[in-house]
Amino acid sequence: MRERIIEILVGFFMLFGILALLVLAFKVSGLTSAVDANGYNITAVFDNVGGLKIRSPVSLAGVHIGEVSAIKLDNVQYKALVTMKIDSKYKKLPVDTSASILTQGLLGANYISLTPGFAHTFLNNNGTVQDTHPALILEDLIGQLVFSLKNPGGKK
Amino acid sequence: MSILEKLQLLGQFGFELLANLGRSGLFLANLLIRKPQFKKSFPLLVEQLYFIGVLSLAIIVLSGLFIGLVVGLQGYNTLNKFGASQQLGQLVALSVVRELGPVVTALLFAGRAGSALTAEIGLMKSTEQLASMEMMGVDPLWRVISPRFWGGFISMPLLMIIFSVVAIWGGYLVGVVWLGVNSGIFWSAMQSAVNFHDDIVNGIIKSIVFGSVVTWIAVFQGYNTVPTAQGIGRATTHTVVYSSLAVLGLDFVLTAVMMGGW
Repeated sequence: MRERIIEILVGFFMLFGILALLVLAFKVSGLTSAVDANGYNITAVFDNVGGLKIRSPVSLAGVHIGEVSAIKLDNVQYKALVTMKIDSKYKKLPVDTSASILTQGLLGANYISLTPGFAHTFLNNNGTVQDTHPALILEDLIGQLVFSLKNPGGKK
Repeated sequence: MSILEKLQLLGQFGFELLANLGRSGLFLANLLIRKPQFKKSFPLLVEQLYFIGVLSLAIIVLSGLFIGLVVGLQGYNTLNKFGASQQLGQLVALSVVRELGPVVTALLFAGRAGSALTAEIGLMKSTEQLASMEMMGVDPLWRVISPRFWGGFISMPLLMIIFSVVAIWGGYLVGVVWLGVNSGIFWSAMQSAVNFHDDIVNGIIKSIVFGSVVTWIAVFQGYNTVPTAQGIGRATTHTVVYSSLAVLGLDFVLTAVMMGGW
């Protein structure tokens, strides 16, 4: 009988450990992506992606609708080619949607914000977003500000 | 005492150290390299899992909870100065999963389970139970040492995972429930910062290494103890001291290797 109780308790211990691992995997590290498997891809070309990373969120009107799935360099244009995976619930993105890279708060992480256009045709799988706005690099802005303060009213 | 005598003492110490290292290495090799007898050793292993793992659960859960609470509180106060208290989830999860989880669990494990293992095996040796087992044709390495070693090896990562989850829950309790950080931001900042492979798997690898080192030291010190009352006491102290030092030193080495992009 005592053997049995010990075995049951050890079984509980192992189960508890495995459950805790699942909590770590899914709740803490977010191993599951928020986008379901049958989402669709759209691509966009940016001059500069700043601190954008794979799995950064893609949002529309502040609502999380997908995530960045790949970032590559386009060797011909020397621009960044970003692939986004959009949840299949949001099928109807107009073709003239624009994409911009924004920052969450002053020091937060980068994300892509989509702004819908007015066209009546919609982006399909592997469609391309034409209108893009690159990430604002804070250091560049400060550099420009310092430069313009040094030469007030000077020639460009 | 002349300089030569001092040098001789140093040499003696070196030889002793080397002999001990070699003996413990051989001991571990003997322990690991043997024909597995799963059917016969499984009940022994379950019993050790109970003594090493299940009975350590209370202290692990309790200290995990308090460490999570403290990290949450300290982190909130510091982050709040920079107006970044939303990042609390990230701070708690990363510090617990990467460092505090493996290291604190290993230290508690050395104090709770390691010392008990050494004292138990040491007493078995000094009352000549191990010798009588050999007389009966039962290999004490297989019957006594091996289940304890594997018990520690398996229990340690499980305990570390449970510790981490409880500590993160403690951080959540302080940050979200008590101090009012937004719950959604707490979890999403955590999820965007914690990477499964780089943080959680590496933390588990650390705890597996710590677990095997701590139990190795504990069973070796017990097996190698001087069979007197004083010897058992000394062996137990050695277990706790050596395994704590080994854990802290190895932690630095492992972190350096893992940060190097391994």
